[in-house]
Amino acid sequence: MIGLQHYLVVSAMLFVLSLAGIVVNRRNLILLLMCIELMLLAVNFNFIAFSRYLGDETGQVFVFFILTVAAAEAAIGLAILVVLFRNRRSIAVQELNTLKG
Amino acid sequence: MYTYYLTIVLAPLAAAVVAGLFGYKIGRAGAHWVTIVGVGVSCLLSMLVLYNMFWGGAPAENISVYTWAVTDGLRMEVGFLVDRLTALMMCVVTFVSLMVHIYTIGYMHEDPGYQRFFSYISLFTFSMLMLVMSNNFLQLFFGWEAVGLVSYLLIGFWFKRESAIFANLKAFLVNRVGDFGFILGISGVVMFTGSLDYATVFAGAEGIAAQNIEVFSGTPWNAMTLVCILLFIGAMGKSAQAPLHVWLPDSMEGPTPISALIHAATMVTAGIFMVARMSPLFELSTTALAVVIVIGAVTAFFMGMLGIVQNDIKRVIAYSTLSQLGYMTVALGASAYSAAIFHLMTHAFFKALLFLAAGSVIIAMHHEQDIRKMGGVRKYMPITYWTALVGSLALIGFPGSSGFFSKDLLIEAVKESHWHGQGAVYWIAYLSVLLGVFVTALYSFRLFFLVFHGEERMDAETKSHLHETPLVVTVPLILLAIPSAVIGWFTAGPVLFENYFGASIYVDSAHDVLTHIGETVWHGSLGLFTHAVLTPVFWLAAAGAFTAWYLYLKRPDIPETIKRRVSGLYNLLDRKYYFDDLYIKGFAAGGRSLGQFLWQKGDQLVIDGMMVNGTARSVGRLAGVMRHIQTGYLYTYAFAMIIGLTILLGWLIWFR
Repeated sequence: MIGLQHYLVVSAMLFVLSLAGIVVNRRNLILLLMCIELMLLAVNFNFIAFSRYLGDETGQVFVFFILTVAAAEAAIGLAILVVLFRNRRSIAVQELNTLKG
Repeated sequence: MYTYYLTIVLAPLAAAVVAGLFGYKIGRAGAHWVTIVGVGVSCLLSMLVLYNMFWGGAPAENISVYTWAVTDGLRMEVGFLVDRLTALMMCVVTFVSLMVHIYTIGYMHEDPGYQRFFSYISLFTFSMLMLVMSNNFLQLFFGWEAVGLVSYLLIGFWFKRESAIFANLKAFLVNRVGDFGFILGISGVVMFTGSLDYATVFAGAEGIAAQNIEVFSGTPWNAMTLVCILLFIGAMGKSAQAPLHVWLPDSMEGPTPISALIHAATMVTAGIFMVARMSPLFELSTTALAVVIVIGAVTAFFMGMLGIVQNDIKRVIAYSTLSQLGYMTVALGASAYSAAIFHLMTHAFFKALLFLAAGSVIIAMHHEQDIRKMGGVRKYMPITYWTALVGSLALIGFPGSSGFFSKDLLIEAVKESHWHGQGAVYWIAYLSVLLGVFVTALYSFRLFFLVFHGEERMDAETKSHLHETPLVVTVPLILLAIPSAVIGWFTAGPVLFENYFGASIYVDSAHDVLTHIGETVWHGSLGLFTHAVLTPVFWLAAAGAFTAWYLYLKRPDIPETIKRRVSGLYNLLDRKYYFDDLYIKGFAAGGRSLGQFLWQKGDQLVIDGMMVNGTARSVGRLAGVMRHIQTGYLYTYAFAMIIGLTILLGWLIWFR
């Protein structure tokens, strides 16, 4: 029988994977955006799992909201990315260090 | 009378402003005319006021002219309290000032700063009048500081001389020490009575005396004693009492007329006047009076001793002034306020006379002041000679002269002041004033003989020009010689024994030595002669004068021998008891090295170096370390966020 903890374990794995993606990835900014999306999805997973477990539909409604926002965010992120590429001719993460003190 | 008082005060001020600001427009003659008229008007009106008081029986007046500020119930006013004490002081001040104004025409006639000088001395007259006519402590303090300022300006009148600048700074700084005590005393008065007005304060005097104050916790002091001693510290500065006397001899750097006006006759008597004015306060504190009498006695004797070894004609007279101020202070301490004021008055005349006579000699000698280079001046300057003789006789208390009455009765009062107990205080005071008489006679006649008699020690060039000074110089001398000689005759009785001062001076009945003398010793002016011959005072003075004659005319070789025999004592006197060394090398140099230390170590090293710049430097150093964390890479920041989040979550789970 697949219970709550299985869902939570999957969700945690997804989350840690996406984190590792953010930290380890040094080359591609698109990958970074994708990792963030993945992170949101891991959170959604948790929402749905708990919603079912507690029998409360509010969690599922929230997932829709998050998906919508994530879509908007992805659009903005990609737009920024295009502009960034236009300016610097590169989207490699290790070259984006103008914040260096 | 109101308009009179205002005119008395404002006429010299107006003259000073005109002579000072428009000096070049009105010229030299204009400057001296406007100031002489200003002071002359003051003098005439003052005499009128005195006349009305004394013969017309006019009552004392206490008028408030202007309210300057009111703060928290404390009224700061300009006002006049004109009673008999004030009237007498006004006459002395304006009369001596007028004489000095006239004399200055002769003394300064070649000086480029002629108008400035007249402006200053008129301004001084204004300040002194404000001081003596005041009816409240604030105005008293204003006058007090104003005379100090004018004194500073006048000592440094020849501001191109280094020694003059040194002297005026010294005078100003030493007076600051006294003024510090004075303003603390005034603050004490305000604290205990809540008023600056004399009448209110004196009415509440008992209330002050009933209180104690703990300045250092655990030692309660009587509030009145504290207030009186603080006020007296102010008087010590202004009236040059030991140990704050050091400025007065140096102030002789100024031109001679102001030595006569400020540093002999008027300003230095401000302290004496102040204590007499505060008699309702001082009478309530025997301790304060004991302090006053001891300080006065020490000054009277030891400063007189210094006069014996000085060789500058003006400095000898300056030390004599110190000594005589000591006498007045002793009289204050013996509760014989009238005797102090009476001696103040006679002293003002004969000391101004002596200074002006010295100035007359200085003019004739072409500004030579060393008495070792004078001698035998008598036959060249008869008027100066005779007036100086009158002054010297008055100074030593020759029977019949004004100084005789004041000093003899003053010493008599000290002798009778048994209420100080039979202990050290009484004997210090009495012996000092007695021995002081001998010393006074010795230095006065030493000066007199060395200048006017004996062989002529000046060079031939000076000698060929030596002649009597012009009329503007000799007339004030004669006008001052007259009161110096005779004023004692008809004023001693009324001032001292017939209750001239009335309510303006308060004496506790237990301290009232003058009434006692009035009953036992005083049988009119003539009667005092027979009494004088029986007292040691007269014989001491005679012995002093005789010693001076023997040592400096008969056997001029003896002083040199004495100097060699007791070189230790001579050096002590010559170095003025090392007071100057103590102050200059001790306090001044010590203060400066403390300042140096605080500046270099405290300010530059600790505050600037460690606190201000140190803070900036340590922030910079920390930032230098921290900037290495800021790589600029997104993944570093993300990693830091994860670490932070993990720690926060861990803390939430395990420690909450």
